[in-house]
Amino acid sequence: MIFVRTSPVETISSDFSWLILNLVKILFSSMLKLSSMESLGKYFIFLHSMFINRVSFRIYIRQILDECVSIGVNSMIIMLIVSTFIGAVTTLQLRYNIDSPFSPDFLIGFGIRNMVVLELAPTMMAIIFAGRVGSSIASQLGSMRISEQIDALEIMGVNAATYLVLPKILASILMYPLLVIITSFLAIYSGYLAASWILSIAPADYIYGLQFMFESYIVRLAFCKSLVFAFLTTSIASYKGFYVLGGAVAVGQASTNAVTNSCIAILGADYVLTQLLLEN
Amino acid sequence: MIEFNYISKAFNGKIVLDDISGHFDRGKINLVIGTSGTGKSVLIKCIVGLMQPDQGHVTFDGRDIFSGEKQIMISIRQEIGMLFQGNALFDSKNVEENVIFPLDMLTSMSKSEKLDRVNVCLARVGLENTNKKLLPELSGGMKKRVGIARAIVNSSKYLFCDEPSSGLDPKTRFLIDELIKELTYEYNITTVIVTHDMDSLLTLGDYILFLKEGKKAWEGTSEDVFYADVKALKDFLFASKLMRLVREKHGQ
Repeated sequence: MIFVRTSPVETISSDFSWLILNLVKILFSSMLKLSSMESLGKYFIFLHSMFINRVSFRIYIRQILDECVSIGVNSMIIMLIVSTFIGAVTTLQLRYNIDSPFSPDFLIGFGIRNMVVLELAPTMMAIIFAGRVGSSIASQLGSMRISEQIDALEIMGVNAATYLVLPKILASILMYPLLVIITSFLAIYSGYLAASWILSIAPADYIYGLQFMFESYIVRLAFCKSLVFAFLTTSIASYKGFYVLGGAVAVGQASTNAVTNSCIAILGADYVLTQLLLEN
Repeated sequence: MIEFNYISKAFNGKIVLDDISGHFDRGKINLVIGTSGTGKSVLIKCIVGLMQPDQGHVTFDGRDIFSGEKQIMISIRQEIGMLFQGNALFDSKNVEENVIFPLDMLTSMSKSEKLDRVNVCLARVGLENTNKKLLPELSGGMKKRVGIARAIVNSSKYLFCDEPSSGLDPKTRFLIDELIKELTYEYNITTVIVTHDMDSLLTLGDYILFLKEGKKAWEGTSEDVFYADVKALKDFLFASKLMRLVREKHGQ
């Protein structure tokens, strides 16, 4: 009998590979589930159905304003809190990782600016947004479906998708970029406070770092991302809620699926957009 | 008049409706009866177009709701009022906002005209001065009435009621039945009611369609129903002790 002795390093390495392999499997199975052709086709038909038999513009205005408050203003508190902490923590992490006598202090400001504007504000906040708004939309529409309120709209000759979903998507596209702008400023400012109070970095260095090699395309990229993420989050959540079948458990399941599918879609779109827009 | 021919519907291979045909006349109360799970609600949903039947067609005064033309379906639906089993009222809105909703969506009436129409309908169902009440403040019977007011506010030509008396006490049930009866004759509406309530059967049935396991087992009027020689229908009618006692007393 042959015994093969493995070193502790090899064991850890094989465990790590196993973990990565399983994570990749889970990710792929989730993505396949999300993009199964039938579901994808139904999603596009759902999007198309919003533009048939639209209600009057006057009703849209009122609905959109209501949704702006519900989706945008009501999400602000949680996003402000998260962005404040993220800005401060990222500053501390950055200093810890590039703590060297050869790295100038202004690099902290430079790093924070790029990380916040390119990734943390649009993408990280989109995940929070999906959790806060996506679950709310899916459960609201799901409850309306199981209590036959959506059927009641259809019976009246009102296109329920147009009346209920389109204002949510438009409000989200209007409000989410604004939230990204506000949270970017707040994250950068909290980074500034952490840098000056805790790390004793001169404010002038931090501000110089913020301005160092600034190119406006990063703001355009963040803006594009925020529009796409807002659309994906709201439309996926609406789709999940709109087609709920069953009872309270199904509504809960739809709410969970709305958040997980939105997050996967956001991360996928983030990769594609970054690849496309940074290359050009 | 609503005509439906050869309606069939299956879910995952299980046949729920099997080749059902019939017609509901204008100005009459048409009942669809049967035990639970016989496909009554599915039939109604197929007729109003909430579900697409696997085969068959439905016409509303000659217009085929499944013709494929979206505009025909929309115009038919704008003439339909429906009272749902769970009322399907919008819980974020008060009584007035619920009733005015179809007018907001489908008409170009002025605000005052709409309010006048809402007040007329609320008065007609006996809910004067409840305009600003929220839904949790209403009883089950009052919610049914709000549902009826919403269904007739747009001068509907067709009224569909899915178990309108479910969950109500006998007195309120009777009042709701009477209200539906009055509205049908007053406005010459084609009314279709899905029910398994015996009181409704006796009070309302101008035309009765009895379903058994997804098939049409009998059709006729409330006068004929107790003399029908269909075992399944007799089992359904005389399932309750009260009805059996009535039958024994009348010697039938």
